[in-house]
Amino acid sequence: MRVPLSWLREYVDLPAGVTGRDVQAKLVSAGLEVETVEQLGAGLKGPLVVGRVLTIEELEGFKKPIRFCTVDVGDAGGTSQAGGSGGGTGEPQEIVCGARNFAVGDKVVVILPGGVLPGDFHISARKTYGHTSHGMICSARELGMGDDHDGIVVLPPGSETGADAIELLELVDEVLDIAVTPDRSYCLSLRGVAREAAIAYGVPLRDPALLDVPAHNGEGYPVRIADQDGCDRFTARTVTGLDPEAVSPIWLQRRLQKVGMRPISLTVDVTNYVMFELGQPLHAYDRSRINGPIGVRRAHPGEKLTTLDGAERILDPEDLVITDESGPIGLAGVMGGADTEIADGGSSDVVIEAAHFDPVAIARTSRRHKLGSEASRRFERGTDPLTTSAAAQRTVDLLVGLAGGTAEAGVTEIAAPTEPRVITMPADHPDRVAGTDYGRETVVRRLQEIGCDVLGSDELTVTVPSWRPDLSYPNDLAEEVIRLEGYENLPSTLPQPPAGRGLTESQLLRRRVGRALAGAGYIEALSYPFIGTEVFDQLGLDEDDERRRTVRLANPLDDTEPALRTTLLPGLLSTLRRNTGRGAHDLALFEIGLVFLPAAEQVRPPRLPVDRRPTDEEIAALQAALPDQPRHVGTVLAGARERPGWWGPGHPATWADAIEAARTVAREAGVELTVQAGRYAPFHPGRCAVLLAGEQVVGHAGELHPRVTKAFGVPERTCAMEINLDLVEASGGVRATGPRVSTFPVATQDVALVVDADVPAASVEAALRAGAGELLESARLFDIFTGPQIGEGRKSLAYALRFRAPDRTLTADEATAARDSAVASAARQTNATLRGA
Amino acid sequence: MSAPNKSYDPVEVEALKPDAIERMRADALAAIAAAGDLEALTHVKTAHTGGGSPLALANREIGALPPQAKAEAGKRVGQARGAVNQALAARQVELEAERDARVLVEEAVDVTLPYDRRPAGARHPLTTLSDRIEDIFTAMGYEVAEGPEVEAEWFNFDALNFPPDHPARETQDTFFVEGPDGGSESGVVLRTHTSPVQIRALLQRELPVYVIAPGRVYRSDELDATHTPVFAQVELLAVDEGLTMADLKGTLDHMVVSLFGEGMTTRLRPNHFPFTEPSAEMDMLCYVCRGESVGNPDRPCRTCSSEGWIELGGCGVVNPRVLTACGVDPEKYSGFAFGFGIERMMMFRHNVEDMRDIVEGDVRFTLPFGMEI
Ligand SMILES: [Zn+2]
Repeated sequence: MRVPLSWLREYVDLPAGVTGRDVQAKLVSAGLEVETVEQLGAGLKGPLVVGRVLTIEELEGFKKPIRFCTVDVGDAGGTSQAGGSGGGTGEPQEIVCGARNFAVGDKVVVILPGGVLPGDFHISARKTYGHTSHGMICSARELGMGDDHDGIVVLPPGSETGADAIELLELVDEVLDIAVTPDRSYCLSLRGVAREAAIAYGVPLRDPALLDVPAHNGEGYPVRIADQDGCDRFTARTVTGLDPEAVSPIWLQRRLQKVGMRPISLTVDVTNYVMFELGQPLHAYDRSRINGPIGVRRAHPGEKLTTLDGAERILDPEDLVITDESGPIGLAGVMGGADTEIADGGSSDVVIEAAHFDPVAIARTSRRHKLGSEASRRFERGTDPLTTSAAAQRTVDLLVGLAGGTAEAGVTEIAAPTEPRVITMPADHPDRVAGTDYGRETVVRRLQEIGCDVLGSDELTVTVPSWRPDLSYPNDLAEEVIRLEGYENLPSTLPQPPAGRGLTESQLLRRRVGRALAGAGYIEALSYPFIGTEVFDQLGLDEDDERRRTVRLANPLDDTEPALRTTLLPGLLSTLRRNTGRGAHDLALFEIGLVFLPAAEQVRPPRLPVDRRPTDEEIAALQAALPDQPRHVGTVLAGARERPGWWGPGHPATWADAIEAARTVAREAGVELTVQAGRYAPFHPGRCAVLLAGEQVVGHAGELHPRVTKAFGVPERTCAMEINLDLVEASGGVRATGPRVSTFPVATQDVALVVDADVPAASVEAALRAGAGELLESARLFDIFTGPQIGEGRKSLAYALRFRAPDRTLTADEATAARDSAVASAARQTNATLRGA
Repeated sequence: MSAPNKSYDPVEVEALKPDAIERMRADALAAIAAAGDLEALTHVKTAHTGGGSPLALANREIGALPPQAKAEAGKRVGQARGAVNQALAARQVELEAERDARVLVEEAVDVTLPYDRRPAGARHPLTTLSDRIEDIFTAMGYEVAEGPEVEAEWFNFDALNFPPDHPARETQDTFFVEGPDGGSESGVVLRTHTSPVQIRALLQRELPVYVIAPGRVYRSDELDATHTPVFAQVELLAVDEGLTMADLKGTLDHMVVSLFGEGMTTRLRPNHFPFTEPSAEMDMLCYVCRGESVGNPDRPCRTCSSEGWIELGGCGVVNPRVLTACGVDPEKYSGFAFGFGIERMMMFRHNVEDMRDIVEGDVRFTLPFGMEI
């Protein structure tokens, strides 16, 4: 909403010398977001006067037509270059002009030598086209009035020759630009902003809507409202005998220009003017072009209407339309129809509509037809229903005054019975909301200032003004008091919450996992969860892989990524690719985040009310409509896990590092993972580990399939891990038991076991442990050997077994017996033979 | 090596004469002093204290002496041997010290060698900044509440007093999960703020409720230097008896002091949100210029564009209608809430200029932030 300071002053006596910046600061403090203050006519300096064209001589022989004119500028003429206006000799001035849109006798705007136009354009008498030009006849653009007209400004004939045009055209002004929040619809008018300014400066408001209006008399233009929910108030007035030649006066055009509207024709300009003044959108129909009574109803399916912008629109049964006997003639509150618009030359008889429409209906129609207008903007935020008759009256008055029309006596005023909204609240409610002590006096005064009627002492009965549809509850009133008293004056106090329990186990775990992985050299990435379904092909997933079932978005940002991730790996791999693409080599990345797994069958959550707590069953039904959203941890590795350097060779990141990352995560949850060989996309079929917590599969790790690294454009032999942290957490949580530490000496026995090459080391170790008994302190695989000595298809695994008793020094025989038992167990379970035996 | 000579007249045993003993001792001491290294000293030790050394041989002769001469000779030899052993030990220590000094110098290395054998890791600064904000509030007694990112519209909008036609419910602002019919009428969205967590907290927890809700949220904005469709937010909710807007102001002030240091403060400006009433926009004092750039063209401030304040987010007193939807009696309880974007906070706090650096996952951006922020 653009608010010219000069216009605002018509309703509020702002203190002399107050600038736009001052008003901005006051209004901002009161809660209006005044974004900018535009300075109009900055740098403009006279003499700039009204001139009357006396003679025009067309100059020939130049590339473009040029006119040499004499212009009567009243007393301003004949001044020296340094002189001001009004001090001249009164002689006509000779001026050269390139425009042609004027005739002898026209009133024009003349800047004389010594004047300065916006843009620091200094005017002096100068020789041009063979003549000396003593000034310049100005165009709208040169004067900073807007740039939508060609040629020079031609003023109405009645303009007084020699008068100061800076004043006449209100060229110097300040315009506040206000971003109006949805709750302050009344501030989409000069009237509303003036009310705020009056409160801010503590001065009275001259309310432009306080007009004497005639009552409904049954002789006005007939109106039939078929849908009172959509339209509860409709005023129709008729003005006849308008002068079709009449144009909008300068002041009206200037005000429209300053608020950002283009002057069009007197009738349209007047309706726009009243809309900006009072906030009530109006529509003027050419009476000769409407047939029969005006109606308001919902559109019939398939009905069509060509709106003022020339577009033919197919109407929706929810659209509210204005009709006559021929059908729809306007989209109510949004835009009129082309058939009944005021003709270019003006209409002599017009019907004025000022109505109140349901905000939701207008918002939906505006949205449905992607059609916004100054009118719909106001209606959808809520207009003042009691302003329709005043706005119609104001329009009638202006048309009568400016275009010589006659107001017909007939007045149509249809209004559904309404009661003003009344809110009761304790007088100290604003104090209790704010946490400060305003006192009843202040509360009542502030509420009265915004237009409320206030009764009562301890319990206030507050009648809300019709222009504040946003005020419904005591807290709304509290906000009004607090903002007018100044948010900046609120005290600052710190509440004392009860003792909290700190982070949950799950939250602590997440932090530990992040720290552990970062400590192990991984860098955290936070990928977007949006994916295209082709990533599943790139990952090599089977057609029936569960991960292909996704939650899809109805309106994805990018149509190629319409789904939500079911695995963290695509995001991690594309982050890996981005980093390698930017020249990084040795990369270890991790991410902790949600994946989204749709329910077996999608159900729509119930529509629950908001006027009570939903029942537990209702909450459960909402929850059941949501996808499962477990938290995963993923890692990817490429390049060197350990770099080569002066210390010796490095080693590349391998499947073993990926599995170790999973163990690192699980250990933070107190879970020791079991690892089994498996086949699972996107992993290399021979280098893929299934990760188990107890019996439960919680994730996978290993080297990626070569086709996958190729498809994602990541380095060959990239390794990865993904684990479901929720599952890991659920299987952990057991508090560690303090071990009994034996101080007796350890007995060490090494064994080398030969097994078939495909026997997993984990099985051999498990068998050893099972057979060794309670004396075994640790079993560590320290070497693997293959070769001719061992035999084809066989391998030798060398373990260091450490035995220790809690209560005595083991004898050599005891240690040997335990070792033999371990070996025997391995022999039984894995067909192991003792190497060299 | 000869055996003890018992046939000699003991008085006549040359080796036990005082002069001879003295000479043996002098020879040994001279040899010890002359030993240049530990190896030479080992030879000297064998030569002068070993079984075949003159003093050892002399010692053996003592047995042949008549009893009256034994004591004197024994004392003489014993003193000589003691002196030699002492000198040997001293020289041993001396030579070892010399050797150690030489060897350690020879073993010196270049300790300035770089060592990037194992690449370093880091947590994402959005995670660690969120942790830090959580810690400020958990220290005060707040708890951290969480909820799903794919959320029911009722939690994300309805319960928060968004009317059915609120513009935020448009597809141009909010990601909608596709319904079974392919449309957007699924009743499920990607949460647009962490406010649904406030609703869940009010439904699940005992009153009073003091929670902070950090998390990922989604809005359909294209990624550019200042916007991202996926971002991190922190919201706070306090519902208790007698909470006020002044409590909100005090809590905000405490937060900015905790995050930016002493002297920081906040400012509230009226605004409008469905879920709070009264509502406010919250600004914090510019932590760079502390407001001194305002009206001071000589000291312009890039961080706040010389406005003196930085816009942080929205806040207000919990709308009683929100409490009603959660079954909390608004006559008895009141509350306050605020929320802001962590990316934006990070851009200010860590002088980050481009949002894309935060979201793209380039390790060069993340690594310097390390484990904590
Ligand atoms: Zn600053």
